[in-house]
Parts: sequence; C-alpha cells; structure tokens
Amino acid sequence: MSNQEHAMAHRDDVGSRMGMWLFLFTELLLFGGLFFLYSVYRFVNQEEFHIAAKELDTIIGTFNTAILLTSSLTMAMSISAIQKNNKRLSIFFQLITILLGFGFMVNKYFEWTAKINHGIFPGSEELLNRGSGEILFFGLYYVMTGLHGLHVLIGIFIIGTMTWFTSRDIITKESYVKLEAAGLYWHLVDIIWIFLFPLFYLIT
Amino acid sequence: MSSETTHVSYLEYQGRYKGLRGWIFSTDHKRIGIMYLIAATVFFAAGVVFGFLMRLELLYPGKTIVSAQTYNTFFTLHGVIMIFLFVIPGLPAIFGNFFLPILIGAKDVAFPRLNLLSWWLYVIGGALVLLSILLPGGPADTGWTFYIPYSVRTGTNVIFTVFAAFILGFSSILTGINFVTTIHRLRAPGMGWFKMPLFTWSLYATAWIQVLATPIIGITLLLIVVERVFGVGLFDPALGGDPVLFQHLFWIYSHPAVYIMILPAMGVVSEIIPVFAHRTIFGYKFIAFSSLAIAVFGSLVWAHHMFAAGMSDFGQFVFSLLTFLVAIPSAIKVFNWTATLYKGSISLEPPMAFALAFIFLFSIGGLTGVMQGALSVDIHITDTSFIVAHFHYVMFGGTGFGVFAALHYWLPKMFGRMYNKKAAYSAFWFLFIGFNVLYFPMFIMGWLGMPRRYYDYLPEYTIYHQISTVGSWILITGLIIMFTNLYLSLKRGKKVTARNIWGGETLEWQIETPPTYENFEEIPLITEGPYEYKDNDQDILEEKEVV
Repeated sequence: MSNQEHAMAHRDDVGSRMGMWLFLFTELLLFGGLFFLYSVYRFVNQEEFHIAAKELDTIIGTFNTAILLTSSLTMAMSISAIQKNNKRLSIFFQLITILLGFGFMVNKYFEWTAKINHGIFPGSEELLNRGSGEILFFGLYYVMTGLHGLHVLIGIFIIGTMTWFTSRDIITKESYVKLEAAGLYWHLVDIIWIFLFPLFYLIT
Repeated sequence: MSSETTHVSYLEYQGRYKGLRGWIFSTDHKRIGIMYLIAATVFFAAGVVFGFLMRLELLYPGKTIVSAQTYNTFFTLHGVIMIFLFVIPGLPAIFGNFFLPILIGAKDVAFPRLNLLSWWLYVIGGALVLLSILLPGGPADTGWTFYIPYSVRTGTNVIFTVFAAFILGFSSILTGINFVTTIHRLRAPGMGWFKMPLFTWSLYATAWIQVLATPIIGITLLLIVVERVFGVGLFDPALGGDPVLFQHLFWIYSHPAVYIMILPAMGVVSEIIPVFAHRTIFGYKFIAFSSLAIAVFGSLVWAHHMFAAGMSDFGQFVFSLLTFLVAIPSAIKVFNWTATLYKGSISLEPPMAFALAFIFLFSIGGLTGVMQGALSVDIHITDTSFIVAHFHYVMFGGTGFGVFAALHYWLPKMFGRMYNKKAAYSAFWFLFIGFNVLYFPMFIMGWLGMPRRYYDYLPEYTIYHQISTVGSWILITGLIIMFTNLYLSLKRGKKVTARNIWGGETLEWQIETPPTYENFEEIPLITEGPYEYKDNDQDILEEKEVV
C-alpha cells in the first residue's frame, strides 16, 4: 500500500492551517453579502429598523452571546489540553463546547417560536401590515440568524467528529491540526454572532 | 519506493481500488484532472447542442423549430452549462489539476482528498442541472443571470438550477483553496516565485478570485431559494427590497468570474508561445504581475454590467474609468506575447495555431469590451447581440480556444499518444472560420439594434441571423473533427514515450510520458527559470530522434 504510506508520510500542518484560514475567508464573505444587504437597508430605513429592533429580547441575546463566548473558551482549552497530552480533559472540554452549542440552539428555538407565535415571520399578515423597513428587518433577522444557526449545527457536528477522533487517538499531542481547524471554525461561528448581536439586539 | 514501481505510469498504477472505482475514488491529481476532462467534455457537448438548437431556431423569423418558452430554456441551459460546468472549471480543474503539481515539482496538490470532493461536488452540480430538464416544471428560463424578480416568479425549476450553481460554486472554492495552498507550500526546492511557469501564476491569480468572489454568488443564489420558498422580500420592492441590489450582488461575483474563465487560458498561451517560438518569454514579470492586476482590478468593475439599470452618475463614472483600467494588464499580456514571437523561430504546430487564434480573437473580444466601458456607447448596445458577440469572442474565442490549445499541447503528455496533426489543422480551420462566421454578424446586427435573447426578429436582421447560423454548422463540424481526432488518438494514435515532445523547458517535459504515479522519482532542485532556451538545443535534438 505505497499509496497510503505516502499519504501518511506527507504532512504539512502549516499548509493545513493556511487552507483553513482561506476557507474562513470564504465564510466571512458568504455572510458579507448579508451584512451588505443589512447596511444598505438599515441606511434606507433607519427609523423602522430602530422600532423593529426593540421587539427583540436583549436578555436572551446577551445570554446567548455569553454562551457562545464561553464555548469558544472551552474549545481553546480542549486544544491546550491535547497539547499537554491530556486526552480525557480534551474530550471533556470538547463535550462541554458541544453542550454549549446545543444550549445556544435551544435558546434560539424559543426565541424564534416566540416571534412566530406573535405572528412575526416572513409572509405573515401581522408583518405585512407593518412598514417595509420592519419587514426587511425581520426578514434579515430570520435569514442571518438562520444561516448562523446552521453554522452552529455544522460546528457541533464537526466538533463531535473531532471528539470521536480524539477518543480513537487520531488526534494526539503530536498531530492535533484537525482539532485546531475545528476550533478555528468554531471561533468564526462565534465571531459572526458577535457582529449579529449588536446589529439586531443592541442598536435600538 | 522500489525502482520498479516508479516507472509505472499513473494510468496503470494499481491503488487501493480497481477498475472504475480506482478512478472515481482516486485522490491522484492526474486522475482527477482526467475525470474532470471527461465530465467537462460531456457537459460541453450538452452546451453545444443547446447553442446549436438556438441558432437553428433563429434561422428564420418567427417559429422555426421550437416554441418561445423552449427557446428561453435553451439559452438558459446553454449559459448555465457553458459557464458553470465548462468555462469556469475547464482549464483550472482539468489542466490545473493535472499540471499544477508537476509544474512546481510536487507529487500532488496540498489537499488531495478535498480535490476529489471538489470533483464529486462538480458532478453532483452537473447532474442537478440535467435533472432540472427532466423534472416537471421544465428547466429554468431566466437566463444564466437569474435576475430577480423573474427568477422568483417563474414556475420553472429555478431552485434546482440555482442550487446546482451553488454546489458548483462550492466545488470551485475548494479547488481555489487547494491551489493557493499548493502553490504556497509545495514548490520544489529552488523554485522561487519568479521561477514558476506563467500558467502557475495565472492559476494562482484565478484561485484567489475563486476563493474571494465565489462566496458572494453563493449567498446570492441561496437568497433566491429563500425568496422562492419563504418570500422574505429582500429583493421585492413591494416589501421594501431592491432588485437592483440583487444585480450588484450577482455581478460582484460574476464579473470577477469572467477573469476566472480567461486567466488560465492566458496562462496556457504564455506556456505555448515561448515553446513554439523557441525563445524566452518576453516580460516574464509583467505577465506574472498583470495576472494579479487583472484579479485585483477585475474585482472592482462589476457595475459596468448595470449602466442601464439605474445608478448615480458618479458611480457610472467611477466604474467606467475602472473598466478602462482593467484593459491595461490584458493589453500588457498581448504585447508581451507578440514581442516573444518577434525574431522567434516559430513552428506552427497545432497548439501554436490555437494559441495564435486565441490572441487574435481575444484582442477583438477585449477591444469591443473597452467600447462598452464608454458610457454613451454602452447605452446604445446594452442588451443587444453586440454584447453576445463580445463575450463569445472572449469566452469562446479566448477561453475555448485556450482549452483547445491546451488539449493539443498536453494531451500527448497525459496519455502518451499523439493525435493526427493533419486532422488537427483541418479542425483548427473549421473552428476558426466557423467561429468568426458565427459570431461576427452578431456585432453588426447588435450595433443595428438586434436585442439579445429574443426569440423572434424583424425581417431586416434575417441575413445576419442566417450567416450566423451557417457559421454554427461550420463550427460544429470543426468540433466534431477535433474531438474525434483526439479521441481516436487515445485509442490508436502513435505511442509517445519521449519525455519532451515539443521542446519545452518547464518541468512536465522533464518527466516520463505518461507521468508516473508520483510524478518525480525525486523532488527536483530548480536552478533556472522556466523559459531558458539558451543551451538546451542539444537535448531537444536528442529527444527528437527518440520520437
């Protein structure tokens, strides 16, 4: 199996990290299109964005921000743990990260359900009776937090895979670039939320 | 690595899987390149068929063979297939995959498995496009630009086509990430940036555009799906949205995308010209940096597609100016190629014929593009067949002929078989003449006011349409001759074992024909630039005798 031997022999952690960073750029640009729409529509409909933002629950938003920031911390700690060759601790922190990720999604679920129960969702009668700025605000709210939520779910799945890798000793003290890349992805998910949070919840 | 395995070509190499699975699950960049070649040829054939049918419909005014609705789906499918499935992935995915690692002295790309994933995404995306034809509702009829509001309102299978384009974009992004990382990390010892072949430079610039521009079209296409399913109204004026913003988002990707399409072809031409002029490329650094300059300026000119869509005067002025600027690096390349030919000892082998045709056709396409950069002229020719002629001169006359040049240049290396040169020349003349007969009348009738994408036309345009349709028949004859010739060469062409069939100086000509599984027995040490023809004449002569 010279094929596999060769594949094992070639390892370039710097290259892997570089590839991951390039991928993160593409993710930023993916959201960039939406941030672009947000800034244009906010500029055109300042008053109505202002009114609509007041309807979002800042407390849940803040709570979710705290959850995601903490999960970034535990993610970083899981990498430190594997660097110190503490496999069990690393797995523990990865599981905590996953748990926090799910916690974020549960909050999001309640938040969205509450809005939908109040009749605020794309195409609803309640929303269509309002000004176009508010329609756009909530449209962007659902699309942007929805896409972000999708990324949280993907991140949870990736970290889950990493946990499995760690338990199978595919990720070790000597070779943890996969876990690092997963961590980078998770921090990206976190950072996008850090921008979404003030844009939707805080500027009222 | 034992010595007997090193001489087994990648075509015969036995990996983990056998037969077909040895190909579709292979992470060898050369096999992936060939799988792209096969898939892209199939899609290209489909695109040609739709183009042929469109021209046939336009042979006479009124209905000739199909209904107006079917005609609309034809030009949509023709555009989507040609752009997303052939021109964008064509050169980077086929020849980039095969030759990029070899040209920089590496054994594979940086992420071989990711490379295989890109191919699978590409095939899945292509399958989705073809599926949209068969499902009830019919294929999309929006044009490849998917402009809102029509793409939200039409009852056809827009979601399939749009989602296919999204997946293809993802495939393109992964290829871009792979190539940028490969070029940064896997150059052989001694291969500094300015010892890289120019094809590598153009792939590098292309890969950056793929990485930085494609995500924007990704989100834009997703938003079409969101609008169709949920009706959020982000581009619907009734709900406060702005459809012109959609056009901006669309062209922020799709204009840089035309440079994704043309840059690798310019790279191919930069490889071929010095080899067949038997002298060093003129202005290596200018060509290398002009690729980067095109990538940078090309990302800042998207709104010149929207001069008639409504924009501030100042915006129009800025985008017009930038459009003129982007012509400069392209012109630098053309001048350098011409200067390379000057006092060269030119041999007109088939690849060179296609490369020279590229320069001629690309110059026409490029200069008519500059005309459109002028605001007053643009208003006159917006949405006429002048535009269609312009971008076919660039995309087909440029990239298409670039692909044909690359096929004739590298196919013998890839498969170790030589095609029939006489047939290659006759294919060339059919293609070159057919191309001009097909597209040049479009300049004239466009200037006279013939709108693009129209099913019907006034009788005074009949003569131009008929010349153009006859041109399409000549062109297709050329395509059939060329592909038959190349295909037959793989079956019963003369065996080539000489390493350096054309007398090239780049690394692919220093290794076995066809290449071995690992490309190089030992990673080479690079000591000289890629086009130094000074003292190598003796080697070339020796190798020619072997042929």
